[in-house]
Amino acid sequence: MSEFVFLYRGGERGRSPEQAQQMMQKWGAWLKGLGEKGHIRDQGQPLERAGKLVKGKQKTVTDGPFAEAKDVVGGYTLVEARDIDQAVELSKGCPIFEVDGAVEVRPVMKLGV
Amino acid sequence: MTAVLTRIFGVHNLALVEDVVQDAFLRALEVWKFRGIPENPSAWLMAAAKNRAVDLLRRERTARTYAPELGRLLESEWTLVPTVQELFSPHSIKDDELRMMFSCCHARLAEEAQIVLILHILCGFSVDEIAGAFVSSHAAIEKRLTRAKKVLAGSKRLFEIANSDDFAARLPTVQRALYLLFNEGYHGASAESSVRAELCQEAIRLTTILMTHPLGATPATHALAALMHLHAARLPGRLDASGNLSSLFEQDRSKWDAKLAEEGQRLLNLSATGTELSEYHIEAGIAAVHDSAKSAQDTNWAAIVSMYDMLMKIRPSPVVALNRAVAVGELEGPKRGLEELHAIADAERLADYPFYPAALGEMELRSGQREVARGHFRAALALARNPMEREFFERRLEACQVGKAGKARAR
Repeated sequence: MSEFVFLYRGGERGRSPEQAQQMMQKWGAWLKGLGEKGHIRDQGQPLERAGKLVKGKQKTVTDGPFAEAKDVVGGYTLVEARDIDQAVELSKGCPIFEVDGAVEVRPVMKLGV
Repeated sequence: MTAVLTRIFGVHNLALVEDVVQDAFLRALEVWKFRGIPENPSAWLMAAAKNRAVDLLRRERTARTYAPELGRLLESEWTLVPTVQELFSPHSIKDDELRMMFSCCHARLAEEAQIVLILHILCGFSVDEIAGAFVSSHAAIEKRLTRAKKVLAGSKRLFEIANSDDFAARLPTVQRALYLLFNEGYHGASAESSVRAELCQEAIRLTTILMTHPLGATPATHALAALMHLHAARLPGRLDASGNLSSLFEQDRSKWDAKLAEEGQRLLNLSATGTELSEYHIEAGIAAVHDSAKSAQDTNWAAIVSMYDMLMKIRPSPVVALNRAVAVGELEGPKRGLEELHAIADAERLADYPFYPAALGEMELRSGQREVARGHFRAALALARNPMEREFFERRLEACQVGKAGKARAR
């Protein structure tokens, strides 16, 4: 088994409380399903959509491109899967696709010992 | 939550308050998406709203003026957090809800607008839920709400519940609004029984808050609370095993909630002080007679008719007259019931009310006039407001055919 990180990018946050509530339930159901099959290492956390960007040798601090960027990372989950193909299959159940978002699937680098 | 925040930000900042509430809610959902719903979501939401309120007050301290009576306490960093903490404590929340209740019953608002406002601000119903409860469109309710909120925001200050003269002057309006809120749940047109039960529960909750305030705990308020409990006790019997509407005459009375009925009776006893005899006293009295009867035949109809007579004196209405006529029919037979039904003044105001032709139908059916009865039930069917009522009248129509007269009667 290998570890992968799902980075949730973009996707509209609920327009109305009712929609947001539905989305929450869908996410809960999806993550629960993954957990029951033993794929979840860490459910992860949602991230604020704004923050600071510290950059360069001068360590300049800016507000970062977050606010405008449509593909800002909104959260992450650490999952376990056989290989990248299975990880991709698992990601397809994510409700984020209903709201124009994307899931970035990234293998956690490991040293082949 | 809106009630507390409105106390902090002032009623003229109602839109800002609603943003804070919505924001707290959306943020909570975002976290719950990953971590699951916590054990006590409402406490969690309250905490989130409190933090957000403090943030906003810090950031915009100079930009706006908030609740005038709290202004100075909110300006200084020394008092800001303790003040907000205090406002979010349970007893303070109750007072805020009371303030908001009275503020919503603004004299410039029609009764229906007051109820919509209470449902939205104090009970947290969404526009769609309210539209569902009133069988109205989203757009119509939204329009009514926007207008009502403008009036509320224009009043600048929340209603001051410490002023006993103002309190006493507005109390009847508040009682009336709570009564109508309960009625909407109990007799309303919405087909969703869950929606209706929720309306009844909210009405009872708000009336209970009113009862805990020394100025609010009048005999009429106790009578109002009694009436709600006594009616609510019968709610579980209103649907039969297959989910069909069941009339008072055919209900399985063992399903009635004895605890609620007992509490209602206790409240009714509490209300029996002073000289004021409100319509709530009488309606609670009628409900108490029904609750204590083992069957429809066993009911003390004479007592019910005389109480309807009293009710007609203090608050006459065609619906009261209709119920009185049905009771007369029970007491003195269908012929007398029919006479009373035909004698109702303002009967044209019942033109859209399906239970008027249904009552006529029942009386005719019991006098053996099956064909006439069928006509009335057909008229009732055409006026039915939801599938449950439709189904109910269809069964009555069938009863006319097979001649099972007198077994089940409408109301």
